[in-house]
Amino acid sequence: MSAAESTVDGAQDGQGSTRGQAIRRLVQGDLSSVRVVLGLVVIAIIFQVQEDRFLSAENLTNLMLQITTIGLISVGIVYVLLLGEIDLSVGAVSGLSAAVMAVLSVNHGWNAYLAIAAAVAVGAAIGFLQGSLFSRFVVPSFVVTLAGLLAWEGALLQVLGKTGSLNINDPKITGLANTFYSDTVGWIFAVVIIAAYGAVLAMGYRKRVAAGLGDGGPLPLIIRFVFLSALVIAAVAILNSDRGVPLAVMILLGFVVGMEYVAKRTTFGRHVFAVGGNAEAARRAGIRVNAVRVAVFTISGSMAAIGGVMAASRLFAVNQNSGGNELLLLAIAGPVIAGTSLFGGRGSVWTALLGALVIGSISNGMDLLSLSSAVKLMVTGGVLLLAVLVDAVARQQRQTSGRV
Amino acid sequence: MAANGTPLLELEGISKRFGPVQALDRVDFTVSAGEVVGLVGDNGAGKSTLVKAIAGINPPDEGTVRFEGKEVRIHKPQDATELGIATVYQDLALCDNLDVVNNLFLGREERAAGAGQVTRQLDEVKMEHETADLLSNLAVTIPSLRSEVGTLSGGQRQQVAVARSLLGDPKVVMLDEPTAALGVPQTKQVLELIRRLRERNLGVVVISHNLADVFAICDRVFVLRLGKAAGEFKAEDTTEEHVIGAITGLAENRENNEADREKNERKPEEEEEGA
Repeated sequence: MSAAESTVDGAQDGQGSTRGQAIRRLVQGDLSSVRVVLGLVVIAIIFQVQEDRFLSAENLTNLMLQITTIGLISVGIVYVLLLGEIDLSVGAVSGLSAAVMAVLSVNHGWNAYLAIAAAVAVGAAIGFLQGSLFSRFVVPSFVVTLAGLLAWEGALLQVLGKTGSLNINDPKITGLANTFYSDTVGWIFAVVIIAAYGAVLAMGYRKRVAAGLGDGGPLPLIIRFVFLSALVIAAVAILNSDRGVPLAVMILLGFVVGMEYVAKRTTFGRHVFAVGGNAEAARRAGIRVNAVRVAVFTISGSMAAIGGVMAASRLFAVNQNSGGNELLLLAIAGPVIAGTSLFGGRGSVWTALLGALVIGSISNGMDLLSLSSAVKLMVTGGVLLLAVLVDAVARQQRQTSGRV
Repeated sequence: MAANGTPLLELEGISKRFGPVQALDRVDFTVSAGEVVGLVGDNGAGKSTLVKAIAGINPPDEGTVRFEGKEVRIHKPQDATELGIATVYQDLALCDNLDVVNNLFLGREERAAGAGQVTRQLDEVKMEHETADLLSNLAVTIPSLRSEVGTLSGGQRQQVAVARSLLGDPKVVMLDEPTAALGVPQTKQVLELIRRLRERNLGVVVISHNLADVFAICDRVFVLRLGKAAGEFKAEDTTEEHVIGAITGLAENRENNEADREKNERKPEEEEEGA
């Protein structure tokens, strides 16, 4: 009897302390992103001290343009990482898809949008194939996509043919990375984003209150709203004082927000997290684990293709180096630096954007300082290692304190 | 408290063979609504095999299964789920990275109405609401429904797993070693929860090694030994010694032992001949 009473009391205690829980959750849940933002501030200060062009509107605009490709590819990588898998083929797939687009557009005179659609279809098909091989034959994704890396790089050379390079002249394609909106349009974007965010927060809160779950009060939401509004206004003001808000930034933001919505708010996204957390539990819960895996690799291939299209648009060309160099590794390092776990089940699509910002800032700043790529690579490697170590330590602490 | 009416689940002459091993040998087993049956036995006695046969994971080779008086066939796990038989395995099958609400609704998420249907958007508020209702009905205490299951204690994880099995509105719940690896207060919580399952008029089957726990919650104790039914006791009419006797086989008449000894004595000679 006394046991029953004490558990009932415990239940009431539990409900009484939900406010404290909410605050702790806010702090713990956002801890890794807060850490990354602090890291970005430190990076900005270091480079700004040495080279005062770093925080100029022109350079910040350039930075945003530079990170679009990595950011878009990382969006797909986040999904793969959430599964606890890896996709090493994204660099090669981005190059191959861009080459397909260039050949169709330049050599065959295809409509720009059809050529882009074909490129994305190629990326999606490759992802589907790799995902199917991985899940059907239970081959490690590492190996399947490593084979893909080699094969698709060969395919890139094949598609480009003897010249080894194609210049893109269709303005609809080159416009993707080279369009800037007027100041007015930029401010309209800002208002729409802020209003939409406010509406989503308000509706969510009202629904929770209506269901009797309104814990912690609206204060955390108001803080988040004010913070995001200030960020959006500052970003638009800076971009407007240079060439304006770039279309490329809006594309990247659109994919990040859209794919974050899919990951966190839809049944499919929930299943991705479940498979990444405990595939056997997901299977027993009736989730079609292999279908989820194939879908995730298809997303990864598609996002790689979209990133490749943006890269081609920015460079006005596709060549044998497209999608090569350290693009693949940086696209994987970004989300990991920003807090997406390599072991599956933990992370968010925002880390694609944050990670790309960290890596992009370092690379951009060192370019401004005219450092050699030897130094750049070593520093980037060091930052990745540091980020993973900090994350591991934080996770250990959270686990030891989380267990009551 | 005690069992009432006709049995919910009746097994008759269930046999299961794995190659040369007779894992279950003509076992009869019943569970009634509002009854907690303890399934005990030594390692390899066939407890898990029996539960897996009922759950449709390893369908039996022989025997009949009746559910609510009707003969049924359980060939795959879905068959058992559709009948209303839920199983909580020892590994719990929880996703540590998901919170309590998400684990409860894993694989049967509530979907949002309206525009969200296109993307199969989740109805988090409804799921959280239903989770809160269910857990408070069961008087399960979890610090926050939104805490990751990986951060919960073993007892809380067990309770989450049991609560999850109730979402499908089952009539029979089978628990595999629910108190293994739990501390004393946590064990108490889980046993309380099992009592509340009985109050909800569910038929409950509990596999356990811990006889103290079995006697604390079970109405009936069913003993398996080497794949055969080795005794069935009303918990209130028996003692741990009796049950242990049935588990170890000491209760069986000593003639068997005598026969064994004779066999053993004869064996070395045969082996020598063979050599």
